[in-house]
Amino acid sequence: MSRRLRWRKFISGFMLTMTGLCAFVAVSVLFLILGYLVYNGGTSISWNFFTKLPAPVGETGGGMANAIVGSGKLLLLATLFGVPIGFFGAIYLAEFSGSKTAFVVRYAADLLNGVPSIVIGIFAYSLVVLPFKHFSTMAGGFALGMMMIPITLRSTEEFLLAVPRALREGAMALGASKWKTIATVIVPAAYRGILTAVLLAFARVAGETAPLLFTAFGNRYWSHGWSEPTSSLPVMIFTYAISPYEDWHRQAWAAGLVLLGLILVVNIIARAILARGIAVPRT
Amino acid sequence: MHASARPAVSVNLTPPVTNASGREPAAALSMRMNINKVNFYYGTKQTLFDISLGIANSKVTALIGPSGCGKSTLLRTLNRMHETVRHARLEGEILLDNKNILAQDVTALRRRVGMVFQRPNPFPKSIFENVAYGLRINGTKLAMADAVEKSLRHAALWDEVKDHLHKSAYELSGGQQQRLCIARALAVEPEVLLLDEPCSALDPISTAKIEELLVSLKDLCTIAIVTHNMQQAARVSDFTAFLLMGQLIEFSPTPHLFTTPSDPRTEAYITGRFG
Repeated sequence: MSRRLRWRKFISGFMLTMTGLCAFVAVSVLFLILGYLVYNGGTSISWNFFTKLPAPVGETGGGMANAIVGSGKLLLLATLFGVPIGFFGAIYLAEFSGSKTAFVVRYAADLLNGVPSIVIGIFAYSLVVLPFKHFSTMAGGFALGMMMIPITLRSTEEFLLAVPRALREGAMALGASKWKTIATVIVPAAYRGILTAVLLAFARVAGETAPLLFTAFGNRYWSHGWSEPTSSLPVMIFTYAISPYEDWHRQAWAAGLVLLGLILVVNIIARAILARGIAVPRT
Repeated sequence: MHASARPAVSVNLTPPVTNASGREPAAALSMRMNINKVNFYYGTKQTLFDISLGIANSKVTALIGPSGCGKSTLLRTLNRMHETVRHARLEGEILLDNKNILAQDVTALRRRVGMVFQRPNPFPKSIFENVAYGLRINGTKLAMADAVEKSLRHAALWDEVKDHLHKSAYELSGGQQQRLCIARALAVEPEVLLLDEPCSALDPISTAKIEELLVSLKDLCTIAIVTHNMQQAARVSDFTAFLLMGQLIEFSPTPHLFTTPSDPRTEAYITGRFG
């Protein structure tokens, strides 16, 4: 074997090892976090955690039932607010707008996506909290929903544009109007991707803490309706994790695990819905 | 044959049917569609030059020519699919039953003039729903199952799919998918069916099946087909138009065009000297 060939083989082997190692590190970070969370959360979680309100300071025990329900309500509101705007905006962007408008909207969406979540929180605070003069589920849902808009919009647009032109032409050649084509062929062909994007947006905002600090605020008790301050899992994790109490630390771990479980459950349900449709094969 | 031996066929104004062979009495033919002096532009680039020809009722008309000659563009103007492309502009007149299609509602027109594309493009739906699609969007309340069966039979696909109508259309082979697309187009009972190189993505056996099918469909509707395969044009069509660089060079009954072409360029093309 010539020196040159040996050198090439060495480089090839070296690069292969490097890329493989990096891929391994990337994956193991996730599993390390998951493992640590499951271990710490699993040992701290109990039935009380799901059914009881937080215990007063100084007492051990208690749960986060109000935070679980609060997070559920916040995310429901955020999804109802953010997803339709992102979805229909994407339809306009992908199917109707001229290239200049599309550029502006796309750029704005990317900027909105890059706005620090704490800034979104301040914005929601001044827009919803100040006029109503109190913190509320509504304000929190609004802040989270705003964060869901750009993620939903940009990825929905990508998936709509990826629908093969042949399918559009097929529908239009049968006498389908543009709206019919979109509703009956393009969106059904893209809906797996769109749903994945929505899930991603959902998971992203489910763990957001900063925008909730001065919108939903927090609550040691049940929050009734939509206009009272509410407890939420991320804020509870934040509050409990920085507290000086050992018992609270364990509860924070449990809350982390529950939050992860919540995202997982929503994911599984959505995947089950996905599995029933017919996917457009890749060409 | 020499071009000088017979009068040169006018490039721009070839009569709808040249009657040189005498085999097809021109007077007995009624035209389903008429293309009158059509010029076509993509932006500033002109791709069709002063095309005039007729699509004879209940016959198969083939458009042939080398790649980029404008045959697909011409076909797509017949149901105004060219309008889906930005910066496309059409001048001239296209008549369907003597009425200008450019002045009609485009969705209604496309129900009357159906289209099958180069590559099979079934929707991500079941076989049944693919065929039913055109009927559903047009709000038909007919017995859907009967209509679907009828279309699938016309497309010679029924026997192969009748036991799994509710499976995904993507589970069919390429040739079956293309026949499904034909069935889907036939379901709305179009008067004219346009086919844009329908066999170019198919194997020879599937191609033979579709060719057979086209001949049998003549009773049902008028057919215009674009093909890069001259043998295919010779096998299935009654009339053939030869296009070159956006111009209509010759338009004749198919046997005439392939045996005694009037234009030296046609002869050069069909004998394989270019294209």
